[in-house]
Formats: sequence, C-alpha cells, structure tokens
Amino acid sequence: MALKKGSAGSLPAGDSDPMLPKLFRVEKRRRETQDTFTLVLKPAQGNEGFPFAPGQFNMLYAFGRGEAPISISGDPAQPQTLVHTIRAVGAVTQAICGGDRGEVVGVRGPFGTPWPVAAAKEADVVFVAGGLGLAPLRPAIYQVLAQRDDYGNVELIYGARTPQDMLYRRELERWRGRFDMRVHVTVDAAPPGWRANVGVVTNIIPRTRFDPAHTVALICGPGIMMRFTAQEFLNRGVKAENIFVSMERHMKCGVRHCGRCQLGPTFVCQDGPVYSYAYIKEWFERREI
Amino acid sequence: MEPMEAMEPILAEHPFFQGLEPGHLKLIAECATRVQFKANQYLCKEEQEAHQFYVILHGRVAVEIFSARRGPITIQTVGEGEVLGWLWFLQPYHWHVDARATEVTRAIALDVQCLLSKCEKNHELGYQLMKRYAHSLAVQFRVAKFQLADIYGT
Amino acid sequence: MAQTAVKVGSKVVIAPQHLQQLFQSLQSRGYLLVGPTLDQGNLVYAELTSVADLPRGFRDEQQGGSFRFKRQGNGALFGYGVGQQSWKKFLFPSDWPLWQARRTQDGWQVVPSQEEVPRFAFMGVHSCDLHALAVQDRVFIHGQYADPTYQARREGAFIVAVNCTQAGGTCFCASLGTGPKAASGFDLCLTEVLQDDQHYLVAEVGTVRGGEILAGVSCREARGQEVAAAESLVAGAARRQSRSLDPRGLKELLYRNYDSPRWDEVAARCLTCGNCTMVCPTCFCHTIKDLTDLNGEIAERRRYWEVCFTLDFSYIHGGSIRVSPQSRYRQWLTHKLATWVDQFGCLGCIGCGRCITWCPVAIDITAEVQAIRESEANLGQGE
Repeated sequence: MALKKGSAGSLPAGDSDPMLPKLFRVEKRRRETQDTFTLVLKPAQGNEGFPFAPGQFNMLYAFGRGEAPISISGDPAQPQTLVHTIRAVGAVTQAICGGDRGEVVGVRGPFGTPWPVAAAKEADVVFVAGGLGLAPLRPAIYQVLAQRDDYGNVELIYGARTPQDMLYRRELERWRGRFDMRVHVTVDAAPPGWRANVGVVTNIIPRTRFDPAHTVALICGPGIMMRFTAQEFLNRGVKAENIFVSMERHMKCGVRHCGRCQLGPTFVCQDGPVYSYAYIKEWFERREI
Repeated sequence: MEPMEAMEPILAEHPFFQGLEPGHLKLIAECATRVQFKANQYLCKEEQEAHQFYVILHGRVAVEIFSARRGPITIQTVGEGEVLGWLWFLQPYHWHVDARATEVTRAIALDVQCLLSKCEKNHELGYQLMKRYAHSLAVQFRVAKFQLADIYGT
Repeated sequence: MAQTAVKVGSKVVIAPQHLQQLFQSLQSRGYLLVGPTLDQGNLVYAELTSVADLPRGFRDEQQGGSFRFKRQGNGALFGYGVGQQSWKKFLFPSDWPLWQARRTQDGWQVVPSQEEVPRFAFMGVHSCDLHALAVQDRVFIHGQYADPTYQARREGAFIVAVNCTQAGGTCFCASLGTGPKAASGFDLCLTEVLQDDQHYLVAEVGTVRGGEILAGVSCREARGQEVAAAESLVAGAARRQSRSLDPRGLKELLYRNYDSPRWDEVAARCLTCGNCTMVCPTCFCHTIKDLTDLNGEIAERRRYWEVCFTLDFSYIHGGSIRVSPQSRYRQWLTHKLATWVDQFGCLGCIGCGRCITWCPVAIDITAEVQAIRESEANLGQGE
C-alpha cells in the first residue's frame, strides 16, 4: 500500500505490543530422550524473574525460524530461571534445541490457564502423564510437593512407549523414594531389566489410592490417552469437573488474535490449555473440530 | 496346603472375586494353594501345560514373549489385585507366554482341573467366574488396543 | 456554509457539488481519505484525492457468484453497495511487518516495526461494515491483549458512513439488525437522495469531531421533508432485501447440528478456496511467517491474512485436525454464527452478502442455515 500521508506517529513500542518477545539465553541444555531436550533459560539482560503458574506456556522464538508454543516445565517457586522441555520435531524446535549455550531465544508469555493446584487443596491428587505430557505437569507436581501437607494422597502415573522415552528419569527416582507420594511408571513394552510396569496408564488407575469424591485428576498427554484416562476416572466415580486435561492446538500468536487454536467456542491459548473435562468434554470428543 | 478358613477371606478381598457368595468362595478355596515366587523365578513358561490360574496378592509379574534376536520382551506386567492365566478353561490348556516374577511375589494358585470340574458341576459358580474372566479379558483387550494405537505418540 | 461546528445529532443538507469541501476539510486536518473508487473497472477501497475519484454514476449488480459494476449514468455518488474489499484492509492489513530480529555481536536484538500509523478518514462506510468494525474491535482491542497496529489505526480513524438506499443483490442486514440504516459508530452519516430532479446529501452528525469537520463545509439545516425522503429511501432498501438470516436460536441450532448431513452436501460444492474469508469484513484469522535476508543477518516476522479452509490452518505436528472439506466449511460457518457468539458476544456475520457474491460456486450462507433448520423441522415431523 502506498499510503504516506496523514501519519499519527509511530506505533506504541515496547511492552504494549504482545507480539514483541523478551530475550533469554540458553544457560543449560540436557538431553532427555532421543529427540527431547530440557533448556534452562536466563534473561539476556537484568535479573528479572519470570513468574508463571503451572500449566502455562510460552511462545519461544528461534532467530529466523519462527515461534512455537511450549509449556513451562520448571519450578514456579524458582522464577529466576525459565525451564522448557522441548521435543525437536519441527524447524523451530530443532533450532531451539540445537542452539549452543549462550544462544538467544525470544520468549513471549506466560499464556494460558493453569492447573488448579490451589483449588485442589485438601483433596487427593492424581497426576497422569503420557509421553511428553509430564513436562507441563511437572510445575504442578513441584507446587503440590512444596505444600505437601495441604493435600491428601498424591499419586503420579506416568506412561511412555519405552523406558528410553521417559522424561526426568532421575527426578522420577527421587519422587519414588518419597514416602508422601506414590509414583507408578509404565511402558508399552520393555527390554529385560525393566522393573516397573508394562501396560497402559489407564490400567494403573485401579491400583492407585484416592477417594473419588475428593479427588482432583490432572491429565496431560496425547489426545487418545487423555480421553481414555478421563473416562477411567469417570468410571471410578471422579466428577468430570474435578478432572483436568491440557489441550494442544496449532497457534501463531498466543494472545487470542490469530484464530488458529480454536477448539469449539474456545481459544486454547486463552481459555486453555488446561480445561476441566466437564467443560471441554463435548468438544474434545467431537471429530475434526 | 493351608487351612481353607484362611484362604476364603483372602480370596474374598481380591478384586477378581469381589461379590462372590460364601458358598462359591468355599468351592474355589478348595482348589487354592498359596504360592510365593522369588525375583526372576518363572510362574510359567510358554508351551507348558497350564495347570494353574494365578491370583496375585502382592508383587509384580512380567509377561514376556521371547524373541531370538531381542531376547525376552515384556508385553505386560501383572500386579496386586490382578490375575494371570489366559483361557485356562479351554483346551489345549497351554500357556503361550512366559511369566516371570520381577520381585518377590505372593499369589494364590488355583488348580485349573479342580476349578473346571467344580464349574461343570455347579454352573452358577461357572457363570460367576466366567463373568469375571470375561471382564478381565475385556480389560486386556482394551490395553492391547491402546498399545497398538501408540497412545503416547502424537 | 457552517461557520462553526454542527451539533451532535443534527441533520444538515450538503449539495453534491459541495461534498468536495468535506473532502478538503478532512484532508486539511491531516486525514488520509480512503473510500470506494474504480481500479481497472473494479470497485475497490483506496486513497481518494477528491470527489472525482468516487465511482460516480455506477451501480452494482450482485448475485450468488456474480458481481457486475455498471454505469447507470444518473450522477449518484454512492449508488452502489459493497465490493469485494472491506475496511479491514486498512485496520488489519493483509500483510504486515511485526518486528525484526537483527544479529548483534553476541546474539540478536528485537527491532519493533517502524511503520507509521496513518490517520484514516473512511468515506462511505455502509451500516453492515460499521458493525464489522465493531466486531473486529472486540477481537483486536477488547480482549486481554490489544493489537497495537489495529488499535492505533482504529482509534485515529474518522468515519463517514453512507446509508444504503438500494438493496444489494445478496445482502441481508435488515434481518440481522445491522442495517441498512447506520445507527451509531460514525462521525458523519450521509444519505444520498436522488429523485424528482433533486440531488442532495443529508448528513447526520454522530460525534463532536464530526460536527467540527463540517465547519467550513457549505450546508444548511435539513428540512423535515428532506429527512423524510432520505429515511424513506433507506426503509425501501430494507424492504427490498431478498435474503434473510434469522438470528434467533442460531447458535443453538448449529451446536445441535455438528453431525448434520448438510455439511456433506455443501462440501460437495465448496472448493475450499477461502474467498469467503478473504472478502469477509470480520474474518480475522491470520498466520505469521518468518523471512530472513540472504546473509542471515536480519530476520523479519510478518503477519498475513489466513484462510481456515486450508489443511495447513489446523496442522499440528503429525497432521491436520480438520481433514475433510465438510469439517472446514463447518468450522467457518459455525464460527461465524455460533462459536463467535460465545467467543465475542456477537455474531461474526453482519449480513453484507460478500461471501455469497464472491463464492465461485455461489454457496449462500443464508440458504445453508435454512437447509439445516428445515432438516431439523423435517425430522421433527417424522417423529
């Protein structure tokens, strides 16, 4: 457009533009699985913390490649660093995961709805994670463990394809050693030497201890896994409004403008990613929605 | 063999037998033996005759298929509150998998011939057991389908 | 000539030959005047330097899949409805630079977009499009996050509305309550009266700045019969609309009919070309693309309009969510008329009829809704 006349001056710059990222540097990179890495990021300038609520996500930008929505997987009590666990499957995530120490990454966020950690107080809490789904749940696990006395029984069920596909294996061992939390890991198939379960997460639910009337179930993983897991909790008497899932959709902006992440009447970036199953069930179970 | 009185309450508490009437529990208890396996001890091996149906009380059992190139592959684990034994009531009464305790495992072994003859005599008992067995099979089918669907993938 | 500002709510009459004064008044106050004009025979919205740039004496003939712009030679300045473009191209440009990343010695830095914000004066906004602006305001301004480009352009824009005095061939604003008479959302609103050898414009003042713009424009207070003539023309346009869309129970109707066989029927015709989304004045979905210069020193993020009819639109690693054309048409229509209501508290359709006119196979949103309504009614009878 060749429009020159009538200028009202430049755009409002800086913080008022939700599309402008803050710059962070990669401080540490740890390989979790074949294609998944955990990055510890620190602000490129200053020491400003990055407060967030468990379950929220950021848009991470790699120079010239673009942005991808990635959930925050660090400890909300330690906002000085920003931790993301990223599977390198696309151009953006491969660039971010392939960067050296000191590489600059753009960060916009935090966006989206959190896991209802505070609302779950007094209740039994069952975390169910599938594959990469442990990453968005980990901040919620940290928060529950930090205030362990406020909760009833705490159980974590974690399923993955194979033992090599599991995230945070050392941490899982540490959690397993705790007396105030039970950890059940399960894989689809295991080589000799695997000492935990083989089977699917839904099969572990009957072995966990919870009072269905006072239980909050937080589920994160691929769609099929969340659907059947939620169904299993419903079968066992947990109310749909106490079951929470984290949905995934393509998104470009993260701020409810681009329209890409629509899920029925909701925008995953704003109304999700964490939804109560009671609310999202109708849309979750509909095809091609 | 332990006294029957000790066996019935244990059976009654196990999820598989929940809701069975005392008369039926008593009949089942007559076929029951308490067994214990050390870690790495096999409960059964492929192609062995299936004389037992296991009710797991405590511990964990890996169900394995042996591959000449990959060695034993665990396809399922069975633990507390579950049962082990495929189609024990059908000929040819053979196991078709290996089952190995991965930790100290306590179970009740039910003698298959004993159970079968009681079910033949008492069809109500047979029906009650068959209902539970059908449910257990349905759960295993569902698990197998989930595994096929690769539910932790994308 | 009005020496001072005209009061809000007043109606004045401007002679056609004095409309140029209004143009000049806006231009002298720094506004960039944009409005309907001809570009190679097409009706477009672009910069207007003077009244002469308006497609004077033209009228539009619209029907499903067809748009003809014809000379009728009667001297009317605003004798046509809406074309394929809408005002969103100015507030929400189809291609827009967001920011740049520039390499530095130890990484890269963010350089915000330095684009200047034009102060637009929109000349000739129909009532449906005023509603479209209000709909996009809800999307881009009235959420948790505002889009600064849209907000700055929108807040600076001066709006001269034009009431429709003829019914368009495909529009249905009367049934949605979005026209043809402009009720609010304008600085000035014109109604062109051209009958019985008389030709004048009745201008209603909507805002204080609208009244101020009239200072220096030759006009006089409108007479009762002039106002009545103008209103009668607008009312006639409403009566002559041939299509309608009943908004009552619309959301619920569509929520009940996600599995309607009608989606298969419409998908058999739909080319999934996305024309409907491009011409729609409320469609806001967009994508962001990343460009780099040849030596990799500068990377740019640009925003582009995006079409929900593509497979890429719902692509998530592993595949697209809306694979079938049925699901993509359903997404578009249910978004416009159902989920939009839950998202933004209003319909995403303002009844302009552009999606009907510009659909290459003449799919008609009002007919599709009617078919779904009837399929339910038929089911009801069968029970």
